[in-house]
Amino acid sequence: MQWEVVIGLETHVQLQTHSKIFSGASTAFGAAPNTQACVVSIALPGVLPVLNREAVRCAIKFGLAIDAEIAPRSVFARKNYFYPDLPKGYQISQYELPVVGKGRLAIQVGDQEKIINITRAHLEEDAGKSVHEDFHGMSGIDLNRAGTPLLEIVSEPDMRSAAEAVAYAKKLHELVQWIGICDGNMQEGSFRCDVNVSVRRAGSDKLGTRREIKNLNSFRFMQQAIEYETRWQIETLEDGGEIHQATVLFDPDSGETRAMRSKEEANDYRYFPDPDLLPLAISADDIAEVKAALPELPEVMKARFEREYGLSAYDAATITASRAMADYFVATAAKFSGEAKLVANWVMGSVAAKLNEEGRAIADSPVTSAQLAALLTRIHDGTISGKIAKDVFAAMWAGEGEADAIIDRQGLRQVSDAGAIEKIVDEVLAANAVMVAEYKSGKEKAFNGLVGQCMKASKGKANPAQVNEILRKKLG
Amino acid sequence: MSLNLSDVKRIAHLARVQIDDADAEIALRQLSGILGLIEEMQSVNTDGIAPMSHSQDVTQRLRDDVVTETDQRALFQSVAPAVEGGLYLVPKVIE
Repeated sequence: MQWEVVIGLETHVQLQTHSKIFSGASTAFGAAPNTQACVVSIALPGVLPVLNREAVRCAIKFGLAIDAEIAPRSVFARKNYFYPDLPKGYQISQYELPVVGKGRLAIQVGDQEKIINITRAHLEEDAGKSVHEDFHGMSGIDLNRAGTPLLEIVSEPDMRSAAEAVAYAKKLHELVQWIGICDGNMQEGSFRCDVNVSVRRAGSDKLGTRREIKNLNSFRFMQQAIEYETRWQIETLEDGGEIHQATVLFDPDSGETRAMRSKEEANDYRYFPDPDLLPLAISADDIAEVKAALPELPEVMKARFEREYGLSAYDAATITASRAMADYFVATAAKFSGEAKLVANWVMGSVAAKLNEEGRAIADSPVTSAQLAALLTRIHDGTISGKIAKDVFAAMWAGEGEADAIIDRQGLRQVSDAGAIEKIVDEVLAANAVMVAEYKSGKEKAFNGLVGQCMKASKGKANPAQVNEILRKKLG
Repeated sequence: MSLNLSDVKRIAHLARVQIDDADAEIALRQLSGILGLIEEMQSVNTDGIAPMSHSQDVTQRLRDDVVTETDQRALFQSVAPAVEGGLYLVPKVIE
C-alpha cells in the first residue's frame, strides 16, 4: 500500500518590537519574572489595549514579502479559554478578518523548486509562562511574555514530506529575519512551529484525519517528529486502527510523539470581535511607505544573482537562502576579479561546511570575505591549485594568517616552470615502468595514475595542466 | 436557532460559571428570548451592507513603539494571594 503524507504548518513568529502589542511594557527577553508585566499584561480590570504601530508594520512587511493581499481593514477578536498564564481569560487575536491574506513562498528541496501557499497571517498577543517546578504543589506564573506581539503564519497543507516541511520552516525562518521582523532565536521561543500531519492513500484527494505536533523549536526535532508521526499513523491504519484528531507533543529523548489529554471542548474558543479594539485600517500609503523601506527580497536577489553573476538557479537559491550568506558572497565577489562561480562554490562548499561543522553563523566566520577573496585571487592567477587552496583555507580558518603569508611560509606556490615539471615527470616515468607499460598497451587509466604520481612527487604543487601536457608528450 | 438545557450547561461550563438546574432553566428562557430577537432582526434585508465589527464606525488609533511602563511588580504583587520568587502562584495546572 502506497501512502502519502500531507503536512501544513502554523508558525508563531515573535515580532521584534521594543514594547508589547497592546501596552508600553518592554518585550526584552530574560528579565526577572513579572518585572515587565504592566497593568495591561496582568489584565487588571478597566485597562484598555492600544495597538503598537510597529507590530502592524511588521505584518505589512511580511505580507509584502510573500506577495500577499494586505487587508485594508482587519479586525481583532477574542479567543476565549481559561489558563492561568492568560489572565484575561481570552487571547486577543484575529479570526475572520486577518491582516495578511493569501500569499506564497517558494522553497527548494534538493534541486526542485516548489511553491507553498500561505493561507493567512494574523496578529495576536503571546500568553505568559507557567513554571511547573516545585512551589509546594503550585505552579508559578510569569507574565513578562504576556502581550508580546506575534504573527501567526498558517500554511496550506501543501507539503508532502518531512524534508519539504523543514525546507518551508527554514525558508520562513530566514525570511522573517531577512526582512527584520523577528530575531529568529528558536531557543528563546521567537520562532515556534506547530505541524499538522495526516496520511492518505496515494492518489486519494480526500484528506486524512490530522494530528497536530505542538511547539517544535528546532528543525532537527521537526524532521524527527514528522517522520515518527507519519510512521505511527501508517502503521495504525495498516493494523486496521483509526486516527483520532489530537494534539501531540514530541519527546526528543525517546524520539516519539505522544498525545496530550484531549479535551472535548478544547476547540470551542467562542471567538467574537473584541469591543475594546476598533478595526485596523491599512491604507495604500501605509503599504507604500513600508514597501519603500523593505530590503531587496530573497527571490529578487536570486534572480539578480543569476543575471549579474551568471550563477545557476540552484547556486543563486542556495546563496540567497540567508541574507548573511548573500552579503558574504557579494562582499567576496566585489574583491575578486575572477568568475563569481568560483566564489559561489567556495562559499557554498568549504565555508558553509566549516561553519556547519562548528555550528557558527557566517557573520562569525574566522575567514572574512576579504581574506577569502585574497585566497581565490591566488587560484585565479595560478599561484596555487584549487586543491592546495583547500589546505591554505584550513590554515586560515585555524588562525594561521593571511593566504599569501601561508603560501610563502609553507612553500606552496604552484610549480609552473616547465623545466622543473619535466624533471619530476622523468623521475616518475623512470620509477613506474609497470604503469608506463600498461598505458602503452592501451590502458588509459594508467595515465591518470602517472599524473597522480607526478602530483604526489611535487607535493601537489605542480601545475596539473602542465603535468598532463608534458606527460602526453613524453609518452607519445 | 433553538437552545436546549444541555447547551446552556455547556456554555456555563466553558465560561466557568456555576449554575444549578433552576437557574439553568431561567437562563435558557432568557437566552432563547434574545435569540428570538436576533431571528426577528435577520428577516431584515442586509444585502450589500458590509457587517460592522464595532458599534462605532471609526478605526483603530496606533501608538508608537516606545516602552513607557516601569516595573511595578512589588505594588501589583502586594494584593496577590500567593507569590514566590517574583512569580504569581496558582493551583497546579500541568497536563
